[in-house]
Amino acid sequence: MSERRISQDDDTASLLSKLGSDSPRPRMKYGGMFCSVEGAFENKTLNFESLSPKMPRRRTARAAEDSSKGGFAAFPSGRVQDTRLIIKGGKIVNDDHSFHADVYIEDGTIKQIGENLMVPAGVRTVEACGHLVIPGGIDANTNLRAAQNGLNPSDDFYQGTRAALAGGTTMIIDHVLAEPGTSLLLAFEEWLDVACQRACCDFSFHVDVTRWHDGVGEDLEILVKDRGVNSFLFFMTYKDRYQSTDSQLYEAFGVLRDLGAVALVHAENGDIIAQRQKTVLGLGITGPEGHVFAHPEEAQAEAVHRAVTIAKQANCPLYVTKVMSKSAADVIAKARKKGIVVYGEPITASLAVDGSQYWSKDWAKAAALVMSPPLNPDPSTPHYLSSLLACGDLQVTSSAQASFCTAQKAVGKDDFTLIPEGTNGIEERMSVIWDRIVCTGMIDENEFVALTSTNAAKLFNLYPRKGRIAVGSDADIVVWNSKDTKTVSAKTHHLTVEVNILEGLEFRGVASVVIAGGRVVVEDGKLTVTEGSARFIPRKAFPDQAYRRISARSKVAENRGVPRGIYDGPVHDVMMTNKLMTPTWTKKATPCLQVQTGPRNLHQSGFTLAGTQIDDHVPRRPAQKIVAPPGGRSNITSLS
Amino acid sequence: MAEHKGKARDDLTVNQARPASTEQGVRQKYGGLFCSVRDAFDSKTIDFDALSVGQKRGLRASSSPYPTSPDVGSSSEGMRSSKGSGSLLNWQDEKSDRLLIKGGRIVNDDQSFHADIYMEDGLIKQIGDNLIVPGGVKTIEANGKMVIPGGIDIHTHLQMPYRGTTTVDDFAQGSKAALAGGTTMIVDHVIPEAGSSLLEAYDQWRQWADEKACCDYSLHVDITHWNDSVKQEVDNLMKDKGVNSFQVYMAYKDYYQMSNSELYEVFTFLAERGGIAQVHAENGEIIAEEQARMLQMGITGPEGHVLSRPEELEAEAVFRAITIASQTNCPLYVTRVMSKSAADIISQARKKGNVVFGEPITASLGTDGTHYWSKNWAKAASFVTSPPLSPDPTTPDYLNTLLSSGDLSVSGSAHCTFSVAQKAIGKDDFTQIPEGVNGVEERMSLIWDKAVTTGKMDENMFVAGTSTNAAKILNLYPRKGRIAVGSDADLVIWDTDAIRTITAKKHNSAAEYNIFEGMELRGAPQVVICQGKIILEDGNLHVTSGIGRFIPCTPFPDYAYKRVKARKQLAVLRAVPRGMYDGPVSEFSMSRGGTPSASARTSPTKQPVRNLHQSGFSLAGPPTPDDAPIRPAGRRAMVPPGGRSNITSLS
Repeated sequence: MSERRISQDDDTASLLSKLGSDSPRPRMKYGGMFCSVEGAFENKTLNFESLSPKMPRRRTARAAEDSSKGGFAAFPSGRVQDTRLIIKGGKIVNDDHSFHADVYIEDGTIKQIGENLMVPAGVRTVEACGHLVIPGGIDANTNLRAAQNGLNPSDDFYQGTRAALAGGTTMIIDHVLAEPGTSLLLAFEEWLDVACQRACCDFSFHVDVTRWHDGVGEDLEILVKDRGVNSFLFFMTYKDRYQSTDSQLYEAFGVLRDLGAVALVHAENGDIIAQRQKTVLGLGITGPEGHVFAHPEEAQAEAVHRAVTIAKQANCPLYVTKVMSKSAADVIAKARKKGIVVYGEPITASLAVDGSQYWSKDWAKAAALVMSPPLNPDPSTPHYLSSLLACGDLQVTSSAQASFCTAQKAVGKDDFTLIPEGTNGIEERMSVIWDRIVCTGMIDENEFVALTSTNAAKLFNLYPRKGRIAVGSDADIVVWNSKDTKTVSAKTHHLTVEVNILEGLEFRGVASVVIAGGRVVVEDGKLTVTEGSARFIPRKAFPDQAYRRISARSKVAENRGVPRGIYDGPVHDVMMTNKLMTPTWTKKATPCLQVQTGPRNLHQSGFTLAGTQIDDHVPRRPAQKIVAPPGGRSNITSLS
Repeated sequence: MAEHKGKARDDLTVNQARPASTEQGVRQKYGGLFCSVRDAFDSKTIDFDALSVGQKRGLRASSSPYPTSPDVGSSSEGMRSSKGSGSLLNWQDEKSDRLLIKGGRIVNDDQSFHADIYMEDGLIKQIGDNLIVPGGVKTIEANGKMVIPGGIDIHTHLQMPYRGTTTVDDFAQGSKAALAGGTTMIVDHVIPEAGSSLLEAYDQWRQWADEKACCDYSLHVDITHWNDSVKQEVDNLMKDKGVNSFQVYMAYKDYYQMSNSELYEVFTFLAERGGIAQVHAENGEIIAEEQARMLQMGITGPEGHVLSRPEELEAEAVFRAITIASQTNCPLYVTRVMSKSAADIISQARKKGNVVFGEPITASLGTDGTHYWSKNWAKAASFVTSPPLSPDPTTPDYLNTLLSSGDLSVSGSAHCTFSVAQKAIGKDDFTQIPEGVNGVEERMSLIWDKAVTTGKMDENMFVAGTSTNAAKILNLYPRKGRIAVGSDADLVIWDTDAIRTITAKKHNSAAEYNIFEGMELRGAPQVVICQGKIILEDGNLHVTSGIGRFIPCTPFPDYAYKRVKARKQLAVLRAVPRGMYDGPVSEFSMSRGGTPSASARTSPTKQPVRNLHQSGFSLAGPPTPDDAPIRPAGRRAMVPPGGRSNITSLS
């Protein structure tokens, strides 16, 4: 369906530059498309900053400068041509089907797809003969700035996104971590600032809610409506720091549902872990293996189960980050079978290696694996997670990239609880999945695209701008060489960390050409990136993938009271000691007021539930409207 | 051994007793069954009045139909007057301590066989054919009927205080109902007020029960708060007071609810001392939120109770409890399994090897939660219990299946009855409705009817599910829960064909509503013998209040702890001996609250060398001591002398 819509959009955009005209257009009109180039370009630039209207204008100005710099000044002479590209001879692979066609890209957008395209002379040609042309990967979980114990990850937005591009990932969604007590908005601004300056590929943000209190709800609303954030992470672990209680989660999930955002959870039982950490330290185990002892697999499965339960109750879509163990994955699979809207995200590390290296005699190597939830010591875990990915029980893959160099990890050399947690994986993700899941025959190339890119785009409402090769989509394209192999090594990878957890592993499948934002960044094994050339991609609330079902359910899920006569029998006297068995609702201890209101309230009940969802798909952000005006922008709005 | 003795005399008259007795079942004797109607009714009415006012003393005076003193003579009079057939009453002789059951088929949890049973002084003395018994022994003809160990109801709340009043069934009334249903032992929950002493509450319960109970009893103690003094008391209860099982709550936020950390500590402690951790598994936090939401929506009736406690919350809490128990290596007992999903989680956990027991209750095995929507408020309210009965009508069948397959281990009744007037405390707010349903009397019949007559379980499993497993968990086996020489003489002659209709008019509980009202159940006790005395015969119930003994339970029941002990020995964590890390170390600030929870441990970083040694040592430690290695305090004390040398060689 989206496919069809896109082609129409493309046509209308090319000629009239505004949506609204539905008349089908013949295919050969493609030639006319070139008029729209300038217009589209401007819009795009405009669009990027103005999508966040609440931000001060200065940013708009500066960002515009940046991007113009990125577009022209930063390019060495002769590179201007890069804005026009044609990819020839490849097999285009989307998540639904594959076909042979050429792709013509101009100004960061895919303009034409087809054979024998009419393109201007002098367009740079990328030969993709015999290779797959896939949408660039989307890494839905990176931590390129989130500090732990005051230590910043050794790979920041520049190095991180560079590595991402090298591996075929053209967009990341990073986690904004606001320490408890600090403002989410400020943290978001800070992240945005830094990322705008440093990042080399498009990015978007999740915001981590580390402390839930009343005011946060408003922050969330601003973030969702004006800042283009539609996903928030909650921690069920890190006791006394980030951990949220069940009540808080329930409340928060309710707020997210009303806002149309996706709830992310870091699912581990923090209470158990805190106790286990004490126990393990008490046993004198201070090395990285203690980390595994203290983070048992069950604690993860338990928390996932709890999160799923709460999300079901609150009727909120749930996304479980970092699925590291079989049992946690099983819980998700079961919940999905029961119809709960839940998504699971295994990461590069959990798909490629197991946790046996925690027992390595080399402290640095063992510490490099420290992350939570930890890698599972069960060596069959990666295979198991792969098969769940293949059957669709897990949907999205990410890297959970958060790299700390050995010196940073060594902060915890005498106490594993102090080791900064995080592994690399941003660069290897696509190859790992190709090698482990596609080459073994578990999935085909289309599903590969779905797992590495499309599903994340859909879930986080980037589709079809991202995650698909279609006319009008962003020109984030990877030419995938499925035959080539690559050996991972810390010496050759593009990160700064000294230890690569996948060291020495050989993977089939390499991104031979990577095009991000219409520019070739990887070709012939050379990486050419431009710092600060990337854009922030705002995401709208109510992603269809998750919220269509949620909206339908909240309309159905009305509870009704039973209309009864008033009970007029004897009532036992109560000592209001308020202790035994009174379940919790003390404020309601004067219930008699409610008697008459019984019937009326019943109606109310129906109303409240249904009411929240009435305006689901009405675009809520004023920003949207501002963006729309000048003609060519239609490509994007109509797509999303 | 009983078998053996039986065999010895077998050759003599192998052929005589069995076939004859099976055939000769004298049906007309059962006509006496109907006499009991008025009797039961009378006592109930009186009790109801006395109890609903909340007077405990009044009961003793007015509820005379069953005598309160153990004086046998008067009790026989009471009975004679009530039903007028004195033919069988010679059991009241001094010889009444001696009883012979002839021609029965003894059913234990492992096998069934035909044999006679001779009892004396409340104990089973002989089992076999053609027993040599003293003359003048009272003989009961079982006529080939099943003789089963008396039921053990592992979960009751008799005489439970609730906001200044108590449940309408006190220990006398409740245990009477239990006996009438074929249950000869109950295990009641002691619920100390949050913040008060466990021991005091325990003594209080002991006093109430010793005064009134008509059958043997034992006690669980509920841990409603957790601190060091409670820990001490729990220790005391286990060592000296005969309590081996403690219940904790995951629901009732702000009252009894415990955090995950507390659960972890409680379980760790119980695992060390050999206790069984019982949990009331529901996610209290979400319930509190849902309750608020329901009330806000204007739903105040009993249906709000079930709407605010969805099945998932029960399942979630069960899952969490199992996880914590598995981490602490503590046997877990989930009370009141009310829903399919909770039961599923237990059975999955058992498949993974967790030591976990599930207890469905009479109500969840017998009825479903559709009645919460009854237009009759009083009826709907009488079903209020938590976790609530599942509105899914297939739930009882499902739970019966799991009980039969052994995934659920024991059955209780969670008998906790309130009068309508008491329930009406919550007439405008369902959260105020006292929670509890009846079921102590119907339990055995219900399981027989739902599980055995439907072919889900056989008679041996029936015994296991109603009695033996409970005895094993409580560490009372084989004293209770088995018919064997030396066991207590708690027996039931089970009539598999009897059909009775449950109704509040005839039941022995004082409650006005019976949640099983109108249900026709096949299978009923024909004769109940408790402590070697005939309690129920020919439909006549003769109970004696106050004869119930407290049966102390000892810690480390084999049924649960054999496995746990074995695992403890395996689960020793070992550190990896490594060289010292001598590379660069980043500066880092702890200022932003970055220490993950073990802040006491931060100082070690400053003296890396010493610490490395410490760690090396502790790892060398585990192999040597087998038991109790988990206590850090002890470990540190052990450090100084000599042991360090090992370490250096290791590292």
